[in-house]
Amino acid sequence: MTRESRDTEITKAAGAGATAAVRGRKKRKNKENKTRTVRANTLLNDHPNPHYANNKIKTTKYTLLSFLPKNLFEQFHRFANVYFVFIALLNFVPVVNAFQPELALAPVVFILSVTAIKDLWEDYRRHRSDTEINHMDCLVYSSMERRYVEKYWKEVQVGDFIRLRCNEILPADVLLLSSSDPDRLCHIETATLDGETNLKQRQVVRSFLDLDCEFDPFKYHSVIECEKPNNDLNRFRGYIVHRSGRRDVLCKENLLLRGCTIRNTEEAVGIVIYAGHETKAMLNNNGPRYKRSKLERQMNVDVFWCVIILLVICSFAAVGHGLWMFQYGDKRPVFDVLSPQGTNLSPIMSAIYLFLTLIIVFQVLIPISLFVSIEIVKICQVYLIHQDMDLYDEETDSHLQCRALNITEDLGQMQYIFSDKTGTLTENKMVFRRCTVAGVEYSHDANARRLAMYQEMDSEEEECMSHGGTLPRRESVTSHQSARVVLRSQSTKSHRRTGSRAEAKRASILSKHTAFSSPMEKDITPDPQLLYKVNECSSQMDFMRFHSQPMSQLSSDLSDIIDFFIALTICNTVVVSSPNQPRHKVRMRFELKSPVKTIEDFIKRFTPSRLTSGSNSSSSSSLITNRSSNKGCSSLLSSPSAESTLTKLHEEQSSHLEPTFSPVPPCYDGKASWNLEEGELRYEAESPDEAALVYAARAYKCSLVGRLPDQVTVELPHLGKLSFELLHTLGFDSTRKRMSVVVKHPLTDQITVYTKGADSVIMDLLKPLDTGKRQKKIICRTQNYLNLYAADGLRTLCIAKKILSKEEYACWLQCHLEAETAIQGREELLFQSALRLETNLQLLGATGVEDRLQDGVPETVAALRRAGLQIWVLTGDKQETAVNIAYACKLLDPEEEMLTLNADSQVSHVSLVCKSLGLSKKKQINSSSSLSSHNTSPFLVHRLGLVIDGRTLAYALDKTLEDKFLEVARSCRSVLCCRSTPLQKSMVVKLVRNKLKVMTLAIGDGANDVSMIQVADVGVGISGQEGMQAVMASDFALPRFRYLQKLLLVHGHWCYSRLANMILYFFYKNAMFVALLFWYQFYCGFSGSAMIDQWYLIFFNLMFSAFPQLVTGTLDKDVSAETLQRLPQLYVNGQNSEEYKPYMFWMNMIDAFYQSLVCFFIPYFAYADSDVDLFTWGTPITTLALFTILLHLGIETKTWTWMNWLSIIFSITLFFTVALCYNASCPTCFSPSNPYWTMQRQLQEPLFYLLCLITPVTALLPRYMPFRVLTRIILQHRGLRGVRASATGVQNVDIYNSQRAKFSEVKLKLGFFCLCSSFTLNNIGTNSHRGGVGTHTHTHAHTDSVHIRARAWRLE
Amino acid sequence: MVKEELSTENRPDNTAFTQQRLPAWQPILSAGIIIPGFVLIGLAFIGIGVALLVTSQSIQVMEIDYTGVDQGSPCFKCTDSTVSNCKCEIEFTIDKLFEGPVFFYYGLSNYFQNYRKYGASKDASQLSGDLDYFTSPATECDPYIKDNNDKPIVPCGSIANSMFNDSFVLSRLINGAKEVVPLDGKGISWWTDYNVKYRNPSITPLKNAFNGTVKPINWPRPAYELDTSDPANNGFINQDFLVWMRRAALPNFRKLYRRITEGNYADGLPAGDYSLEITYNYPVLSFDGRKKVVFSNVSWMGGKNEFLGIAYLVIGSLCVIMSIVMLIVYAKFKFPDED
Repeated sequence: MTRESRDTEITKAAGAGATAAVRGRKKRKNKENKTRTVRANTLLNDHPNPHYANNKIKTTKYTLLSFLPKNLFEQFHRFANVYFVFIALLNFVPVVNAFQPELALAPVVFILSVTAIKDLWEDYRRHRSDTEINHMDCLVYSSMERRYVEKYWKEVQVGDFIRLRCNEILPADVLLLSSSDPDRLCHIETATLDGETNLKQRQVVRSFLDLDCEFDPFKYHSVIECEKPNNDLNRFRGYIVHRSGRRDVLCKENLLLRGCTIRNTEEAVGIVIYAGHETKAMLNNNGPRYKRSKLERQMNVDVFWCVIILLVICSFAAVGHGLWMFQYGDKRPVFDVLSPQGTNLSPIMSAIYLFLTLIIVFQVLIPISLFVSIEIVKICQVYLIHQDMDLYDEETDSHLQCRALNITEDLGQMQYIFSDKTGTLTENKMVFRRCTVAGVEYSHDANARRLAMYQEMDSEEEECMSHGGTLPRRESVTSHQSARVVLRSQSTKSHRRTGSRAEAKRASILSKHTAFSSPMEKDITPDPQLLYKVNECSSQMDFMRFHSQPMSQLSSDLSDIIDFFIALTICNTVVVSSPNQPRHKVRMRFELKSPVKTIEDFIKRFTPSRLTSGSNSSSSSSLITNRSSNKGCSSLLSSPSAESTLTKLHEEQSSHLEPTFSPVPPCYDGKASWNLEEGELRYEAESPDEAALVYAARAYKCSLVGRLPDQVTVELPHLGKLSFELLHTLGFDSTRKRMSVVVKHPLTDQITVYTKGADSVIMDLLKPLDTGKRQKKIICRTQNYLNLYAADGLRTLCIAKKILSKEEYACWLQCHLEAETAIQGREELLFQSALRLETNLQLLGATGVEDRLQDGVPETVAALRRAGLQIWVLTGDKQETAVNIAYACKLLDPEEEMLTLNADSQVSHVSLVCKSLGLSKKKQINSSSSLSSHNTSPFLVHRLGLVIDGRTLAYALDKTLEDKFLEVARSCRSVLCCRSTPLQKSMVVKLVRNKLKVMTLAIGDGANDVSMIQVADVGVGISGQEGMQAVMASDFALPRFRYLQKLLLVHGHWCYSRLANMILYFFYKNAMFVALLFWYQFYCGFSGSAMIDQWYLIFFNLMFSAFPQLVTGTLDKDVSAETLQRLPQLYVNGQNSEEYKPYMFWMNMIDAFYQSLVCFFIPYFAYADSDVDLFTWGTPITTLALFTILLHLGIETKTWTWMNWLSIIFSITLFFTVALCYNASCPTCFSPSNPYWTMQRQLQEPLFYLLCLITPVTALLPRYMPFRVLTRIILQHRGLRGVRASATGVQNVDIYNSQRAKFSEVKLKLGFFCLCSSFTLNNIGTNSHRGGVGTHTHTHAHTDSVHIRARAWRLE
Repeated sequence: MVKEELSTENRPDNTAFTQQRLPAWQPILSAGIIIPGFVLIGLAFIGIGVALLVTSQSIQVMEIDYTGVDQGSPCFKCTDSTVSNCKCEIEFTIDKLFEGPVFFYYGLSNYFQNYRKYGASKDASQLSGDLDYFTSPATECDPYIKDNNDKPIVPCGSIANSMFNDSFVLSRLINGAKEVVPLDGKGISWWTDYNVKYRNPSITPLKNAFNGTVKPINWPRPAYELDTSDPANNGFINQDFLVWMRRAALPNFRKLYRRITEGNYADGLPAGDYSLEITYNYPVLSFDGRKKVVFSNVSWMGGKNEFLGIAYLVIGSLCVIMSIVMLIVYAKFKFPDED
């Protein structure tokens, strides 16, 4: 079976109920046309949108009536359940029945009902939350009462008008028709949808933009045509058709999504487009993910083998029975039973019947409770992982989330890790480090020192914490306190260093809702030289302005500096919010204007030359033009009151803003008053880079103080506040890799384009080099510095500007407006338009932003490395930055060779790959010719690093070349893919996963990692600052990268070894129990008779032996957490599936057969030639089997907690209690065994106790004790010596020491090769000798295998 | 101060359980524990084994096969199934006192009382004296529910139908005269079977309860006449019936017939010649079965069985041997020759 098909099957089964309702509805609609038409519900007579789902949500799967059939139907999707029901029903057929039919139903009913109860409880919880949500209030326009009335969410229907107030949650997907915001904007927070904490702007539908009065639903007669409900959050297309026949385009900017919260907007009105289950939020809600783990896949193979074994032994017994019958021929023995008809059954017929009977009797061989037990154990494992304090991040108050519940053990088997860089390895906290302006570099040394301090503080603090943590538990309380005291004293000592972690924490709480604003990111120390220049420049400008001199007189260096900072400040989409109300945008309008919409508008606006502040008169004039231009639209709105409301609004605003903004031509005291507040302004940026640059500019007193759709206000030293008229913003996109703003410079009155983008693109867009010597020099120098920055691992951005003449601008604007209004291919046209604008730029400078490594990343990478994990970094960043980060996090080693694949064409790529292949092969031969054993493993470890860029990767992923590429990549210790697209990331993961057949883990934090996360066997999301998309797609969500170490090395190892051992134990247990019955067949004419009472047969698995293995499966630790972290090599155990190899299943089967032989034949001979009756003989066998099985588990259990003891005692007590009660309950029931008083009599017999003593010992003794002890004794010394040898060879002296100290704990066991020769001591000598003289790697490997437990002997 | 206000609602509980730090005992198989442990276990087992063997040795058992396969055998004449009410007599000698109480068993081999369908073929409710099941026995008894005249069979089912019906008289030959050894047939079945599980209907005389029913096909007499000598030993609580109804676990089995506890024989069977008169009814040759009688006395651990003693001895010595091997290996590695 392929992985995919199984996955889908599971998902289907799981999600069937949840989405069934939606799917049904969808199907119905597919028959209709492809669009949805929404009319307003203000028409009194009938409901105009009858087919669309209303806003009532129902996420429950069942109703009271449908629960039983539906739940059963779902449960029967699982093959095992069907099988067990089939067996139970078979029991009702008289000729083949083995047990009392009712009793045979018990296990199936038990298991089905456990699952059903679980489902019911979950469904009930869903129902309760549904009701809660359905009964939330919102304001809906009532056409009867002609006003907005409160209604429940569930009563909202498509076409309803809803009035939304600030901080209200949207009940449905609503098309925004009106907003109290003067810009006709509405801000929403989408944290619940995608987790992004920054505000998003939504715009009123174009036709209603200029509506001045309150929106009146009764005057609305338009029809909305839009697409069918779909789950794409970032897409919405449609038209609104007005009565006049005018059509306007609707886009995602007009749609408010259910679940978002309205912010910064007092009131908004909209019409419901999608409701209830058809909202995008609901369609995106897919519930938890279901995957099959590798272990489970392996287990299924063995379940299949169990079926084969079952069939074989049943056939064997059936043939035996046929022969047995045949030997009597026609002579009927007295004990024979004729068929009900009184005739003889032919041997063949009775063999066939017997076959079926035996399938019932031996059914336990297919472990019915295994599936349930695995689920229980996994839930417990998930719970324990959730609860781990070490995976809890106090700073963000978040802990690890397991979103996929059933692949915990996969964590212990990972072989490849694919990691994103930004935000995963690094903090995604962008800190401005240095910049170069006009070819001069400003190194910001003070800033660098400041950043170094943070690092120091963190490590100091961690030392403190770890010191406290290692104290004995008893003293933990006091030690904790003392640690705190130390902390506090430190923070007072370093009072001026603002930014220990604790303080960062504090700050993060204060500014909980503003992203990218930790003190580290905010407080930038300016470079004195640059600061001086900025001051000088602005004072000169101020002087010039004062004397009405043209600005062009300014020296070009200085003007570049000021332009540079202006660009930093305004070329972004940062929103400024005031500190007191975090979510309320700072309003400061000097003039009210809408963005340029038409050519006339443009001409009109640009004819009068204006300086900084506009006046009310100009704003009203622009309003008039606007209105006149949109006559068609405004005619359908009621306008009489518009004027008055607007003026009122103005008054309000101006009065509100009076205290801060009164000195409109700014003077110095005005600035001072502003400064008070300045420090507290918040910037809400979409990306951390933007925030970093804005904060950097602020450090130079160029601060962004307000942003409106048409205006950006910047405060400059000496110059005060300047308002830039924002003509256009050409947003950032990943293909252009840049963004631009078009503004009208208030000082020069020129139309200026500021562009900010990746150096590679900006450099190509600069003015041709022959333009001027100065430019040439700047470009050349800047390029140098850029290379330098990249070498330091900084993210670089180039800043450029361009001055447009009015004619040029008008020309471009025309095209741009056409593009904007185009209905078809709008995106493409806009893209082209942007390209046209962003040419012939003038380079201003470049910035270097540091993306700091997260805490503990190098250590984690190193540990994962040592654990045998191959780490590939896939990043969209540029090569130099990526390489440097890779060095910083110890992914690449300066000592190792680096292969760099940068090819421009396929041909060159081929040759490159071939060359590097040759190189790696040569290395391979040189370095490890002695290591023949290692070649078989998938990891060919060499000291080679591979760096490949996106373009080359595209060639490498070509079908014809992928094998070669993989070959090269495999031979490298680390692989770094730069400039890769999200698609490439997922292709790489898929390639490695499918071609190398390895377990892959993808870890990332952003939307660009989603596809990679979904493709990998295990997807891990970092719940960082870049939204929740990665987390939503992931199986596990971590707060920080370094937690991966514990998650994989400790929890992964534990989960894997626990589950692997439990599964093997299950197989063993069932096989052992069934084999007892099988041996008996030889003594009862293969008649399907059982000496074990049917009750014991049925409940043995389900009750008597169930609990201890659950406890062990949940809590057992083969190696302690500390050791696992200290010796990451132990992880190899899981990677190579050491705990559960295919042969182990068979070893377990053989062991089970052996043990059952002992458990069968010791009582057999002990009771031979006696008058013992069937069940009196069977009772001790059952007891013995239970003891043996529990003791076996006891030997397997590495750590005994009180829970293990309790569960074993409980099991035994339970067995005897049940047996005694059962045997005393009914003298005539339970045919055919009638075990009345059997157990009671047995307990009086000395023989019973004698049997109970010797049998488990005999069954387990030869298997475990001597071999284990022998190997242990041998290895204790061999192992120590081996470790010592390697420790002297390698630097790992501490490993040796810890090894000796922890010796008793790390159960030293040698690999299979050593065990095989454990009796011939000479062999071991040679083996370890070889280990001693082998290469470094071999010594390592040898040590590893010493640590790794050799499962071969243990025959679980 | 601010620290305390940190929101920590998601903070996991810091308990030993959730942090997987439960105090745990790690059984360590170190040589210092294992070797003495093994020696102790080994010695204990050897001790038990010796005790068991000694006990078992003291038990006397005498088996006499009376199937009559050989032509020279006294019961050969009875193997012909056409002969009815055949009696044969086997003489044997006891060399020394057969210590009492002597248990007198009959044994069958190659007889599958554990055959699945056979085992199910009875009606527990009928056997507990429920008159409703007299008239309509449970279907499990198929095909021994009703006879050809459609009259219900009581007790129904295959087990009852196949009840062993040979009888034995043991006499001691004293100077050519026969002295019948008194056989005690009381209490040979389980107390719970006799008192709880099997009940006769509370109708007197017992015969009336069986009105309208027929005896099992193979039975010479109906259930209420099983023991003509003792009226209380009839119906479903007849001791021999109870013993038979308790199915044997294995195809070669013995069942208690009588105990010799009375009179001159309370201390056992004195040395001398004995004669066993057998009423040979039960056919076993059709399935190659054998019949025998077994005289045995019992100890605290049951009948004669040397297996368990030997098993204990073997395992015990294995433990000791292994501990010695381990000790050698341990010494060799603990104090290596070189370095």
